[in-house]
Amino acid sequence: MDPIGSSAAQDGALEPGALEDRVLDGNAIGGLLIEVFGTEMTTATGTCGHCGRVSQVAELAVYQPGLGTVARCRGCGGVLMVFVRSRGIACVDLQGLASLT
Amino acid sequence: MAGTAVRGRLTWQAATVSSLVDETAKVRTLVFEVPDWPGHQAGQHLDIRLTAEDGYRAEREYSISSAPGEPVTITVERLDDGEVSPYLTEEVRPGDEIELRGPIGGYFVWDPSDGGPLMLVAGGSGIAPLRAMIRDRARLGSTVPVRLLYSSRSWADVIYRDELSQHSEGLTVIHALTRAQPPGWTGYARRVDQQMLTEVAWPAAQSPLTYACGPTSFVESVSAGLVALGYPAERIRTERFGATGG
Amino acid sequence: MGFISRGFHGRRQEAPAGRVPPGQYVTSDFPVLSAGPTPHTPLEKWTFSIKGAHEPKSWTWQDFQALPAETVTVDIHCVTRWSKLDTHWTGVSLDVLLGAVESDAPYVLAFCDGGYTTNLPVADLKGGQAWVAFNYDGGPLPPEHGGPARLLVPHLYFWKSAKWVRGLELRDTDEPGFWETYGYHMYGDPWREQRFAGD
Repeated sequence: MDPIGSSAAQDGALEPGALEDRVLDGNAIGGLLIEVFGTEMTTATGTCGHCGRVSQVAELAVYQPGLGTVARCRGCGGVLMVFVRSRGIACVDLQGLASLT
Repeated sequence: MAGTAVRGRLTWQAATVSSLVDETAKVRTLVFEVPDWPGHQAGQHLDIRLTAEDGYRAEREYSISSAPGEPVTITVERLDDGEVSPYLTEEVRPGDEIELRGPIGGYFVWDPSDGGPLMLVAGGSGIAPLRAMIRDRARLGSTVPVRLLYSSRSWADVIYRDELSQHSEGLTVIHALTRAQPPGWTGYARRVDQQMLTEVAWPAAQSPLTYACGPTSFVESVSAGLVALGYPAERIRTERFGATGG
Repeated sequence: MGFISRGFHGRRQEAPAGRVPPGQYVTSDFPVLSAGPTPHTPLEKWTFSIKGAHEPKSWTWQDFQALPAETVTVDIHCVTRWSKLDTHWTGVSLDVLLGAVESDAPYVLAFCDGGYTTNLPVADLKGGQAWVAFNYDGGPLPPEHGGPARLLVPHLYFWKSAKWVRGLELRDTDEPGFWETYGYHMYGDPWREQRFAGD
């Protein structure tokens, strides 16, 4: 299984390991998005199917618990995209998005 | 929309480490020779993949810290409990091969035709993609005015310290040293806060373009702080580095 | 897979032979892995419920603290390949909780603050195999690790030990929870390496 990691940076301005710091944004999954969609997607615009908020994929809140990647709406926290990589293939579920352009 | 699996055109390739540059005690730049590198834009990143003999793999993303046209470099901070950063900053030698794929990213990118004035805000190793932008601007002889607010623990932790100290037309660098300051330091000696942003940031009326990069909570508080100064959210681009992994 | 990164090992430790399931590495860390933000339900609002029985049952935090609790030392195995040995937990056994309801239902869907779900056979929750744990390593379970209480089912991959658990829905059929819907194994036995459906 391929773990999907995250780049690391720490600044003296924060306590290391602050919980919120584990949350990234859509920039962190740029490569995964190209793998799955075949094209650069961080500037694609998504409409949240739960609250209607419109954001660029780069602005979504991204969680990477190792089992997969979950991209959530920064407004309501609703799940918009779930990526799981199994047997070498990355799959995506976009059911939380009302649209993605 | 249903699920889908599509094979993309981004492929892993083996790049050779051509040299290493120790930027600070904990930070090292790796210079790569990448066969068939297609070129990149300032602000883009690449993915690195490490594979152990038993097949165990780790992947991380690192911003490209060099400008378009320069050899591809990444700048890595060693996290003591990290899995990848100690390897990249302590074990890797010139001549080693590392698998990478890139360039990646279309959101957190800038080139002089995007205009300004540019507001760059960096927390720690978040300086890496912003340094690529600054170098690209210099390389192209751009006169877009830039202010860089750069937060570090101490003077010794400032990455690209000498390079940023060089006088550069239209570039102003403001340091915030959050934990320790050298004797005689008259600059900011605290974390970036609303007051500091008020003093340092371009007036909102000048319609600046902002790029903020660093740990997630740093980026979010800077972004909120600039919005409070009247910066429209659409002209603030953020890249969160997280705080774990490594 | 042909490419090997010279000198790369990751941060793994030797495991005592036979102690760790196939494909796992031992760690002394306790990685925080979440699919969403950490919920913060105040204890005065917290309940644990069992639904789908002849009569549903619910405990407040106070009720819960009055139940008999056990302290156990178990190994835990995450599907992302890390295993942590000899972890100490205190919790209420699912034998106590399921013993308070009448039901023949063979399956549950565990539900949690934040919306996470996971499915398990009732048989795997009984017989001293599972707890709702509220203490870890001698202190209250921290929020990032699932506090105030999480499911603890150490004989299955740790994604089944749902964080921020608020109850169980008894069911006649085995319905996939969050990760199971995306292809993770419905049962998840680490000793048979049941990571993905079809393993």
